[in-house]
Amino acid sequence: MNEQLQYLSKKVADGHMTRREFVGRAVALGVTAAAANMMASQAQADGHATPKRGGMMKIGSSGGESTNTQDPALTASEVPLNNLRSWGETLVEVNKEGGIEFRMAESVEASADAKQWVFKIRKGVPFSNGKEMTADDVMKTMERHSNEDSQSGALGIMKGIAGMKVDGDNFVVDLETPNADLPYLMADYHLMIQPGGGMDNPGAGIGTGPYTIEIDEPGVRHAFKRREDYWDSENRGWADEVEQLVLNDATARTAALQSGQVHVINRVDPKVAALLGRAPNLTVESVAGRGHYVFIMHIDTAPFDNNELRLALKYAINREEMVDKILRGYGSIGNDMPINASYPLFDASIPQREHSIEKAAEHYKKSGHDGSPIILRVADGAFPGAVDAAALFQQSAQAAGIPLEIKREPNDGYWSEVWNVQPFCASYWGGRPVQDQMYSTAYLSTADWNDTRWKRPEFDDMLNAAKAELDEAKRKEIYSKMGRMLREEGGLILPMFNDFVAGVSDKIGGWENDPNGPVMNNFSHVKCWLNDA
Amino acid sequence: MHPILKLVAQRLALGILLLFAASILIFGGTMMLPGDVAQQILGQSATPQALENLRAELGLNEPPVSRYFSWLGGILQGDLGTALTNGRDIAESLSGRLKNTLFLAFWAAVISVPLAIFLGLLAVRYKDRWPDKLISGVTLTTISIPEFMIGYVLIYWISIQLGWFSSVAIINDSMSLGQKLNAIAIPVMVLTLVVLAHMMRMTRAAILNVMQSAYIETAELKGMGMLKIISKHAFPNAIAPIVNVVMINLAYLVVGVVVVEVVFAYPGMGQYLVDHVTKRDVPVVQACGLIFAAVYICLNLIADIVSILANPRLRHPK
Repeated sequence: MNEQLQYLSKKVADGHMTRREFVGRAVALGVTAAAANMMASQAQADGHATPKRGGMMKIGSSGGESTNTQDPALTASEVPLNNLRSWGETLVEVNKEGGIEFRMAESVEASADAKQWVFKIRKGVPFSNGKEMTADDVMKTMERHSNEDSQSGALGIMKGIAGMKVDGDNFVVDLETPNADLPYLMADYHLMIQPGGGMDNPGAGIGTGPYTIEIDEPGVRHAFKRREDYWDSENRGWADEVEQLVLNDATARTAALQSGQVHVINRVDPKVAALLGRAPNLTVESVAGRGHYVFIMHIDTAPFDNNELRLALKYAINREEMVDKILRGYGSIGNDMPINASYPLFDASIPQREHSIEKAAEHYKKSGHDGSPIILRVADGAFPGAVDAAALFQQSAQAAGIPLEIKREPNDGYWSEVWNVQPFCASYWGGRPVQDQMYSTAYLSTADWNDTRWKRPEFDDMLNAAKAELDEAKRKEIYSKMGRMLREEGGLILPMFNDFVAGVSDKIGGWENDPNGPVMNNFSHVKCWLNDA
Repeated sequence: MHPILKLVAQRLALGILLLFAASILIFGGTMMLPGDVAQQILGQSATPQALENLRAELGLNEPPVSRYFSWLGGILQGDLGTALTNGRDIAESLSGRLKNTLFLAFWAAVISVPLAIFLGLLAVRYKDRWPDKLISGVTLTTISIPEFMIGYVLIYWISIQLGWFSSVAIINDSMSLGQKLNAIAIPVMVLTLVVLAHMMRMTRAAILNVMQSAYIETAELKGMGMLKIISKHAFPNAIAPIVNVVMINLAYLVVGVVVVEVVFAYPGMGQYLVDHVTKRDVPVVQACGLIFAAVYICLNLIADIVSILANPRLRHPK
């Protein structure tokens, strides 16, 4: 940053210059508007670096319905997830740098073969019902999510666990096969530690988090009050009260932020993000995440069992155009593998696939496809802008002589009738904290959600080898090989990674972009504070 | 028995039969939708085992017919049951939502019905002159614009630019009446603009029809003022069609405002129903369906009774 910019930043930090003035001057100095906005936010954040306690923070979120519950096992969308973060905590969390942060566990140790993991449970942490959290509660929680009658969304990641036991203050996990990433699995948001594992009343909302539930009206609003006996009050839970309003309509959300009725909103529509950013007293925050929008082919079904045809389609898609027109620049291009630079151990030397009509035509010719239409199924709900993206794909495929035909499906029932059923459709993935988890979830031969039917014993072997490998350089090499293999032969066409875009009022302090999830990995109301509280 | 009482009794019996028919239709309709409640709860992250466990717990493995009759048995004992998705008592969550829906509909009706009738009378008084054309033009324009669009435009001007009223209409029991009215001010405006034209045009047409009659001419020849003729002689005779259209609009205000609820995040029954349809939560859908059907049946009954009372020939049948 040059001297002039530093001077301007200081003025913003001291409150002598508005963000809008700063952006104007910075752009005049040759900085892009997006970068200038970021600098302004940074400067403001520096100026308000001391947390303040008190006040009522309001967040407006999409992703809530009147059918929601407080049971962590059944949580699958953003509003209930924000609720979980208010009253509950997990053993560990993944921080914004991709490292492990210890919460209910104080430390963790692995055996040399990474098959046994010992979590030392933190002492003196009270649940909101007054009882102290123990290793036994941790054990019961994990049992509830992994036993035979479990309906938990975390059931899949609990599969590799052979046995669990309590040993004094320790919680011990034995694995069937070694897994160097086990702590990352324990950061899954379903695994909120509940008293007695929440077996008797899973939706009671009793946990070790900074807030307790005051009002619980699913699909309308959820209100929380700060706990006086919260164990980590020096670092979290600044506002006295938190209220989450369910605002599923995108315009209702932006209007509520603009008129000052809420302080933070999630999922700002990329179409309006640039316009919203120009409004006074708020900032549009975007962070590159691991979530991605995809077109997936079943590689065991004709005509997608032909790798030449798969390559033809991969070359035919125009990635830059999609990021530009579908994400309006709030995202980055993909490389037909579900991993990007946001993941630890990512190999940046894997070549980027370029859009090439000639190569697409060449591979299409080699595939010997009979010219019958290739049907791509898509619905609005597959990902925001999915229908438009499919139309762009169709056009660029047509230029290469590939007869792509779009079949529009209803949103209703898309995830049960089309996705993971039909051989070629649009979909999205939210990403996972580590490569192992992403690959295990959707690219292992035995994975329930193997939505491209990618079943390669050598790939599974590499995945297991990487799991057991504690040497990071060697693991990185294995992951690189796996990525290249999937990119070359997989059924995944991955044109773009989407950013998480949020709208944040200038009254909010302590905002930090976190690639693990939207709105600071759904911690905004727990970690931020009100500047004028 | 008095003929009106007889009619009411007949209509009520018929209404109950209609409610049964509606409940069967709703049940069948939700059965025909792809996927079931277990699949919808677990969504993209469903594993076959989790699905099986959830289905067993929710009793979805029972045949549909026996599920319908066990639901019916509950209803006859006044038990609406619990929601499959979050295990809450349906009667309890529904009553709050119903109260909100009626609250919004009430205030929208209190403003729109008198306004529509007054504007209709005014339009007749100044038939084919500029006030008539202005009233018709404006109301027909607002009915032609989609309601979410009117909502967005009003939010932009009134809430964001002027800062007068809230753009989020979430209300709750701890708010005072004033706060509640402030919260629903913009949705009420939107609904008023949406229902105004229909009622206004019907009032105008019905009264104009009556104005052709000989007794209106007599009144005119007596030297009565125009507005007085309309309100004293024409309006009582035109009341039947007006009441009918008013009731249709009231029913719309209760059951048809889901778009407005979404735009303003209003916690009414429409959004509640849509959420549960998406999740295939049949008991809740059934309960909502019954209430909506009952609202229609009751309002229609009222419309019929009022038109009979307004007509002396029907009131005193020979």
